[in-house]
Amino acid sequence: MPRLIFAQDLFDELDKNVKPTKNYALATFKSTRVINGHSVETMAKNHLDFRISHRFGKINDGAYNFFGLDQASMRIGLEYGITDKLMAGLGRSTTDKTFDYFLKYKVTRQSSGKNAFPVSITALAAADAITLSTSPQFRFYNNLERWSYVGQILIARKFGERLSLQLSPTAIHRNKVDNPVLSNDTFLAGVGGRIKLTKRTSFNGDYFYRLPVSTEPGYSPTAANYNSFSVGFDIETGGHVFQLHATNSLGMTERMFLTQTTGQWLKGDIHYGFNISRTFSFEKEKKRPAKN
Amino acid sequence: MKKILLALLLTAFLKSAFAQKMWLCKAGETSFFSETPMENISAVNKKVAAIIDESKNEIAVKMVMIDFKFKNHLMEEHFNENYMESEKYPNGTFKGKINEKIDFSKNGSYNVTSHGILMMHGVAKERDLTGKMVIENGKITLTAAFNVPLKDHKIEIPTIVMAKIAEEIAVKCNWTFTPKN
Repeated sequence: MPRLIFAQDLFDELDKNVKPTKNYALATFKSTRVINGHSVETMAKNHLDFRISHRFGKINDGAYNFFGLDQASMRIGLEYGITDKLMAGLGRSTTDKTFDYFLKYKVTRQSSGKNAFPVSITALAAADAITLSTSPQFRFYNNLERWSYVGQILIARKFGERLSLQLSPTAIHRNKVDNPVLSNDTFLAGVGGRIKLTKRTSFNGDYFYRLPVSTEPGYSPTAANYNSFSVGFDIETGGHVFQLHATNSLGMTERMFLTQTTGQWLKGDIHYGFNISRTFSFEKEKKRPAKN
Repeated sequence: MKKILLALLLTAFLKSAFAQKMWLCKAGETSFFSETPMENISAVNKKVAAIIDESKNEIAVKMVMIDFKFKNHLMEEHFNENYMESEKYPNGTFKGKINEKIDFSKNGSYNVTSHGILMMHGVAKERDLTGKMVIENGKITLTAAFNVPLKDHKIEIPTIVMAKIAEEIAVKCNWTFTPKN
């Protein structure tokens, strides 16, 4: 087929005349969460993510509680992409009857080619409110005391096709803490990542370390709470992402898993859990232009 | 001095005489459809680049896979990540000889065929494509439609979504060329 061998110059000519496009890293994570913590991903414009998350009881609860499966804590979330960079979400958790709200903004994206940038950066602002009735054990004197606030910077890089790593420095302020000796402010260093096992499954992990400045001298780290650590798998099928995992945290909002994790991995306080994410597109069908 | 001037003049003359007349398309439109009873999928790329070399009667086309836009972002992600593997194979290309003799200087309409190589997902395939070329007032509009069988280009569809994705994808092109300076 000698007549099929062209000089490469026609493609070269084309490249000379058309400026190269910037290539952004695709899908650093499969979902907007690594496991418990947020990932750098946001929903695309006009796309709604309906999330249902469960955490079961502790595996070491024994056979009577069917190794934790008899109890479940739940969160239902509706999370929407306002633009391709900005998303808003709200959720309701059964734990503490909590409503949570968040805004998440993609500051910059990892890219290659012209003006390459090595990492993706996303900022998160979140708040949650406990709507549990006030009780002698945990008394609220006013509604402001029910609120907690979270600020988080997510910095992630996709290394090749399989590996993504993320750093998530986090600050959280609770207006009221369970015990007056505890600090209202907690600062954490979070790490997360995933390794793609196949095109549609990945192994994920995330860990949040509470910095010692967060705890009162003499009480550090606080006796009752531990650092949150989770491992699990992402499984993607069409419009769904299933995240199955094991974690020592019961709660699914930042306040709960960052500051109120009571379980310890080594003691077997492990919760089996899953997140199901279903995406709906509300992108309008464009009318075709009338043909003459 | 005279010799140099002569040489300069001569090269300038030769250059213009042998200059290839090129036509360039910087933002052509290529769309594709996958139709099954379960689901219809479509996407459009409005940044397709193409070039026609009039003197050699050749055409070259290059499209960047991530410029294909879907209404459903998740489909777009799957298209790039799972099917086309756009990070590994960023471009789809076609390079071919136009079989018909075309007078590019006059207005007219031609049915054209081109024999060449279609490269997609890193797999080259020899193809004969047909299209229609309309030359009007110094502009060329080229429209073409063809099918791409997924297995020709080693694009694997997992059994779980097999019913939702057609085995042959219908591709439509609409490119407008202007003379390249």
